[in-house]
Amino acid sequence: MGELSRPHGAHLQSPAAGGGSTAGTPQGALRSATMEAGEGAGFATTRLKDMLSWAQKYSLFMYPFVTACCGMEFMSVSGPRFDFSRFGSEAPRFSPRQSDLLWVVGTITQRQAPVLKRIYEQMMEPKFVLAFGTCASCGGFYDNYACVAGIDKIIPCDVYVPGCPPRPEGVLDGLMLLQDKIQRGDRTPGIVKPRRDPATDQTLGLVQLRRKDSV
Amino acid sequence: MAQALIDLVKQQFPGAVLASHSQHGDETLVVKPDSWHAIHQFLRDDPRAAMNMLMDLTAVDFPDQEPRFEVVTHLCSLTLGHRLRLKSRVGDEEGENVEIATLTDLWASANWLERECWDLLGVRFVGHPDLRRILLYPEFIGHPLRKDYPADEIQPLVAYREVENIEKLPPFGPDEGMAFGRQTHLRPQDES
Repeated sequence: MGELSRPHGAHLQSPAAGGGSTAGTPQGALRSATMEAGEGAGFATTRLKDMLSWAQKYSLFMYPFVTACCGMEFMSVSGPRFDFSRFGSEAPRFSPRQSDLLWVVGTITQRQAPVLKRIYEQMMEPKFVLAFGTCASCGGFYDNYACVAGIDKIIPCDVYVPGCPPRPEGVLDGLMLLQDKIQRGDRTPGIVKPRRDPATDQTLGLVQLRRKDSV
Repeated sequence: MAQALIDLVKQQFPGAVLASHSQHGDETLVVKPDSWHAIHQFLRDDPRAAMNMLMDLTAVDFPDQEPRFEVVTHLCSLTLGHRLRLKSRVGDEEGENVEIATLTDLWASANWLERECWDLLGVRFVGHPDLRRILLYPEFIGHPLRKDYPADEIQPLVAYREVENIEKLPPFGPDEGMAFGRQTHLRPQDES
């Protein structure tokens, strides 16, 4: 078991390889299964459901529903520097019928809400929704007559990535969280939280933020 | 420079100019709504003014005053290089009879500006060829930039999902999300 292996990875095993060090991860298992084949291993066992979710989570065809300034960060995270195609989420499909993952990037106004709902309904099952940024997650400061306070008021949402706009690292965290949820078959909404909280973690050397309970 | 412009309008329309001031190169005329169109036409056509550009048209809501709405235009002369702001007060305290003449026959840009002003503030421009909402949807009731429009009133086009506690869905906790000091402005008839 490598350090990077996830506890909920597919249960692929390569018994003849003696439970080698890479067998915990699906990639490692497949690689070892194919590589060890000449030595007489040649087979791997898993559950079909796990195998399918493993394939699904690394082939997310995305539909970018980009409406506002978060789109710049979306471009950044899809560009070569941060590059979420490393996570198998490479191919954009500008037809909802061919896409699995709906990225809602930016503010959704009441006038756009029917469009978003229709796009979501046109997508094929299984479909996933990622709310990119504070506006899509809960409306943010657009607390007025014109805007929808969070896309979860109209469509179910799988992962929320807060931030105005979110850092690319946060978006990648959200994508990995979604992949983890797909692997586990978990459809409860998840939220990306900071790995290290700058309000409490002194080693970050950032500006000390005051919390509500300490004021 | 543009003080001469103010004097010109005052001289041309005696009695129509209610007030005027000039500060830091900002000239403003407050005129009667009856002569709104005539003054604009004069300013556009007279060679001493030559206001060939309507830069902005909007309105301001003063809920406690009567007339309640102040329609504002910003004019600019690209040839002579001067500007002028015109204001006119219309409407009673309930927000009825908010009517003023359209400027679409003078400047084509007035069309969308007046539609926006009608959409958000409910100023009716008499003679406008196509006075529809431009930013909001036709199903919207009321004019949201009026001060008596409730700050938290939304009119969704799509019905919200039927989920328990839709206002605060998980994973957001009770103290997360929007918690700004929102003031609710009640309509006058709601207060009694």
